[in-house]
Amino acid sequence: MDFRLNEEQQMLQDTVARLVRGEYSFEKRLEYSESELGFSADFWKQLGELGLTAVPFPEELGGFGGTGVEVQSVMTELGRGLCIEPYLQSVVLGGGLISQAGNSEQHEQWLGGIASGETQAAVGLQEPQSFYDLNDVEARAEKSGDGYVLNGRKAVVIGGHCADVLVVSARTSGDSRDADGISLFLISADAEGLEHRTYPTIDGSKGSDLFLNNVKLGPDALLGEEGKAAEVIEYQAGRAISALCGEAVGAMEVACDLTLEYLKQRKQFGVPIGKFQVLQHRMVDMMSELEQARSMAILAASVADEPQSDERRRILAAAKNVIGRSGQFISEQGVQSHGGIGMTWEYNFAHYAKRLVMINHQLGDDDFHLERFAALLQ
Amino acid sequence: MNLNYTAEELAFRDEVRAFLDEKLPADIAAKVKGFRRLSKEDHQRWQKILNEQGWYATHWPEEYGGVNWSPVQKHIWDEESSRYGAPRSVPFGVNMVAPVIIKFGTEEQKQRYLPRILTGEDWWCQGYSEPGAGSDLASLKTRAVRDGDHYIVNGQKTWTTLGQHANMIFCLVRTNTEVKAQEGISFLLMDMDTPGITVRPIITLDGEHEVNEVFFEDVKVPVENLVGEEDKGWTYAKYLLTYERTGLAGIGISKAALQHLKELATRRTKNGRPLIEDASFSQRIAKVEIDLMAASISNLRIIASVEGGGMPGAESSMLKVRGTEIRQTINDLARRAIGPYAIPFVEEEMDLDYDGDFLSDENAAPVTPQYFNNRKLSIFGGSNEIQKNIVSKMILGL
Repeated sequence: MDFRLNEEQQMLQDTVARLVRGEYSFEKRLEYSESELGFSADFWKQLGELGLTAVPFPEELGGFGGTGVEVQSVMTELGRGLCIEPYLQSVVLGGGLISQAGNSEQHEQWLGGIASGETQAAVGLQEPQSFYDLNDVEARAEKSGDGYVLNGRKAVVIGGHCADVLVVSARTSGDSRDADGISLFLISADAEGLEHRTYPTIDGSKGSDLFLNNVKLGPDALLGEEGKAAEVIEYQAGRAISALCGEAVGAMEVACDLTLEYLKQRKQFGVPIGKFQVLQHRMVDMMSELEQARSMAILAASVADEPQSDERRRILAAAKNVIGRSGQFISEQGVQSHGGIGMTWEYNFAHYAKRLVMINHQLGDDDFHLERFAALLQ
Repeated sequence: MNLNYTAEELAFRDEVRAFLDEKLPADIAAKVKGFRRLSKEDHQRWQKILNEQGWYATHWPEEYGGVNWSPVQKHIWDEESSRYGAPRSVPFGVNMVAPVIIKFGTEEQKQRYLPRILTGEDWWCQGYSEPGAGSDLASLKTRAVRDGDHYIVNGQKTWTTLGQHANMIFCLVRTNTEVKAQEGISFLLMDMDTPGITVRPIITLDGEHEVNEVFFEDVKVPVENLVGEEDKGWTYAKYLLTYERTGLAGIGISKAALQHLKELATRRTKNGRPLIEDASFSQRIAKVEIDLMAASISNLRIIASVEGGGMPGAESSMLKVRGTEIRQTINDLARRAIGPYAIPFVEEEMDLDYDGDFLSDENAAPVTPQYFNNRKLSIFGGSNEIQKNIVSKMILGL
């Protein structure tokens, strides 16, 4: 057993860490967040130039052929910097879906650009009624000639407002919650009938709800086998959960560091508040949550790119449950330990607190994954 | 990053399994798995088997008869022996006083005591806590006054686990009242047959006699029974406590208890269906199983970090808190699983050779007593609050 990163993985993580330290001051992040794009085009470009957007792709696309551990190495540092670039959406999910389901023409058309960062993908898998169930798909794709016409709405597509290509699920057959009959489609940003309602997110990114109004697609837009996308979606959501675990651990590390520092420096009643046992124990509880989350992130990374199995499902559900709980705990207790200052826009801790809670709302919260895990009890 | 055992470690696991398959007595395993009480004879029988195999002293160097397993091997042993229902060794001799004697004792003490621990001739108990010294252990008052080549000991110890079986006790005693509390403590070994020592049972809330009070009245202890230097006992006590904390998380035991819980919940019913299929109950089980999965990896991370040698530090305090909370939650769920049958206290059903009808489930009788008994987990070995103080000081620097 060895829980350390190997030399290459460590170098990868150090590279991201250096870049984030250099480019991602708290003040700059606020600027990026408030820009029209909603993140830093320049930072995104640098991620591409350093080969970081190519990490999970094969060598011929300039990548490392990286798996769960490498992706987490990147995501942990992006989490530490509270970076808002669409790495998860474009590289991990968009790239992952196209890699797994796409044919060679689609690979050729999209993956090179996604791996280099020149093409940005976003994914629309959720719908207003679906909650976190990715099989609950009501958007419909009707056959029309040799192509399809799509109608429906996809919910909370982070980075959707500015993506070059959207990967969306739509039903080609079956009833709304059937696993069978779900298909994936590639939609160009300029497709006719595609509308966005764009919004900022509470944790500093931007996203949109997609409205598909008679969006006409050619046969080459179908990604993978018609009606058989549920397995691909589940598998790639699993990889994304592992990646999110990495981001969450990075954000939790900084949130804990900031809180600990504050306990040592803030004085009340003539002493640093860290001298009070009630706050010491709360801090220990936060660290203990972080350790549990770290352990589950490691476990999640170890199965992220393994073939699908109930064991993989169990571990990823467990991991998402743990980081959901620990993230919210560290967020809430960290705010409480800081007092009023922890609630202000101008102090970076507050933004970590928001991101940690919102991670729980991506790809299923702790309740959702607890239910999944319970269904797989052995 | 590699979460797998090496080929050698897997081979070791096979060896452990083969040994347990062949040598673990079925009646003892049945008692452990069903949370039945173990007799002194049960413990001794298993110890003898382990010692014959050379696997009793897992923390000792080989020169004294230890196994000198790596941390990973110890972990494999813990996991497998818990899974098979092997009793955990009563730790006071082999895992507590022995490491102190090995590190700080004289050659004579090593020659005299270590072999007797291996063979089981000596059964040790621990004289640490006192009525007025629990979490604040250094405030202990049991007094040892030097008189020629003896110490005269007066005072009282409490919570002495299985002291009723013991013929030896190691004690922290005050030898100096003029200095700071921690600096006037010594580490003494005593024969329980020495005149002036009285053991009185404490019956715990589950009706069990597990712990005792030990009284010392003008007890004459030869000076050669002092371990290390006079007034330096606190150092040795802390050294011993790091051994005590290791393994207190009880990950292997929790895994076995979780299995037991699932079996119980499969047999019990609610709304005409197995309880384990009930949405809210299965989610309670799922939550504790997830927490155990995470704690188990945290445990492996600590093990891997000390694989090269050395002792785990304050991280094991964090894991003690987490692990004992998990064990208590599993006990809580087992109690909930038997519903109203948690209430009857049918001690006769706790005996393995009980041949009457069971009031409800064959494994129900020990469940509630076990739940109450295991409230101790968050109290002993340094209460969970004390563990948090340790983490706060040692890791966080608060």
